[in-house]
Amino acid sequence: MSGGKPSPNAIRFDLKIIASWIEPGSKVISLGCGDGDLLYHLKRHKKIIGCGIDHDENKVARCVERGLSVLQGDINEEVRDYPDDAFDYVVLSQTLQQIYDPSPLIKEMLRIGRKGIVSFPNFSHWKVRLQLLLTGYAPVTPQLPYEWYNTPNIRVITLQDFRKYARETGFHILQEAAINTHTHDKYGRIIRVLANLRATYGIFLISKHRS
Amino acid sequence: MSEYIEHDKNGVSVGLVEKQYFTFAEDPHHPLVLESGASLGPVTLAYEIFGKLSPEKDNVILVLHALSGDSHVAGYYHADDSKPGWWDIMVGPGKGIDTDTYFVICANILGSCMGSTGPASVDPKTGRPYGLSFPLVTIGDMVEAQRILLDHLGIDKILCAVGGSIGGMQVLEWCVRYPDRVVSAIPLATTTRHSALAIAFNEVARQAIMADPDWNSGDYYTGKKPVHGLAVARMVGHITYLSDESMRLKFGRRLQNKADFSFNFDADFQVESYLRYQGNKFVERFDANSFLYITKAADYYDLEKQHGDGSAVAAFSKTRAKFLVVSFTSDWLYPTYQSRSVVKAMKKTGLDVSFCEIESQWGHDAFLLPNERLSALVKGFLERVRREAIP
Repeated sequence: MSGGKPSPNAIRFDLKIIASWIEPGSKVISLGCGDGDLLYHLKRHKKIIGCGIDHDENKVARCVERGLSVLQGDINEEVRDYPDDAFDYVVLSQTLQQIYDPSPLIKEMLRIGRKGIVSFPNFSHWKVRLQLLLTGYAPVTPQLPYEWYNTPNIRVITLQDFRKYARETGFHILQEAAINTHTHDKYGRIIRVLANLRATYGIFLISKHRS
Repeated sequence: MSEYIEHDKNGVSVGLVEKQYFTFAEDPHHPLVLESGASLGPVTLAYEIFGKLSPEKDNVILVLHALSGDSHVAGYYHADDSKPGWWDIMVGPGKGIDTDTYFVICANILGSCMGSTGPASVDPKTGRPYGLSFPLVTIGDMVEAQRILLDHLGIDKILCAVGGSIGGMQVLEWCVRYPDRVVSAIPLATTTRHSALAIAFNEVARQAIMADPDWNSGDYYTGKKPVHGLAVARMVGHITYLSDESMRLKFGRRLQNKADFSFNFDADFQVESYLRYQGNKFVERFDANSFLYITKAADYYDLEKQHGDGSAVAAFSKTRAKFLVVSFTSDWLYPTYQSRSVVKAMKKTGLDVSFCEIESQWGHDAFLLPNERLSALVKGFLERVRREAIP
């Protein structure tokens, strides 16, 4: 699954993978939806019923202007209002590494949705490891581009960590994709061999149930 | 709301408009029965229309105005009018509510004094103005009267009901009262029920009117009007429409046309002068009794109680409209927490709701001021609901 010709409207490669996992016509909520690229794509191509949550007024406004349904608020708080199984998919795309207390949020995700999709930058990518090993500085990469003192990414997670977390917390990983991206993350490919070392991002489809 | 009527800075306008009137419940045997059980008739609503109704009648936007507003949303009555309608910045060609696309209706609310029947209207039974014999009207009664007007105009579906403050209450009321007729709604800077703070300020304003000897228990239409009381009521209102920040920026402690205090009770501070000016300007155009009636209707309003047996979730389960809820950071009259609780109830009901809290220093009045963010939100939302309404 590699990218073709660059197009200005193309969504990020990781979002493309997420979109490929979502059944047409389903109900989707995107937590930390940003400008709403994923929702917009899903609405157009998969006819989903979607909504998003983001704390940033500018991003929320951008979403509404694009014709999306979106709420301004703190995802940790906002998820609590929805009834059980209100959604088919609850997406937490590239936000887990910024969550102060991930466990209650993941629990809520799997309460309000039948399935969850979680993605995050892989902190055990070989470049990250090498930087720390060779330079002795906290790693700064295209996926995690901040210094230690200004990063919103307060959690460092690896693909292996997440699998262990799933086992310990008691949710199931139904599907996973380790990907390597380039060109502003618009293009990339799926990594099958030595993923924990070679993937820039991990994407996991999770559920309370085994299937 | 206050009257920050501004000309569109690009000079774009819907152009000349005409105030129209519709009278119903003329038959004494078939009056308008109000929520209180009282009867009223005949009832006249002043209204204005903007843009063109589509052949499918699927492009109707109903604008609901606030306390002191009127049907004159946008445009001009005469070519030499000094000011356009109160939301000219939002309603017009290419604007947030684009009159090239949508057919906009706004009616003066029941109980007001800007052309619709209210306490200043003549009671046909006595031949004299109603005064306090005018029955108490509710937000629900205002909506009911608008529904009768829409029936008269042959309009069944409202693509979007939009309004702020007391107008926002009418928006919510429309949605739960007529779920089949409202496709979407934009309640701005509003609530399902007034806080004690909002009721308190309204009560101070009403007391100011009623303490004016010229009020004469509401019977002042042939003599001197309670101008002092109404002006003070308006001054109180204006304080609640602003914010600490906006007053600090707008006035601070600056003095009005003087270098030092006058050591008397003239208006020394700019803020005093501003409030006096706003108060005096208001009495020229607004009826004191209407002020009493409308503020009371707003204070009585309780969507939860009336439509949900005390539960907002139960109340909102009666509507299927898509919502865009908007609040403003510095609005302390209808604070963001009230909009959030509306949104929370809508989420629990499974409604399609969007919410945005716009950063603004201008307090409650922000929804009436030029605001590109608000215009863009409204525009984007309307385009979506119009697109999605086409089967």
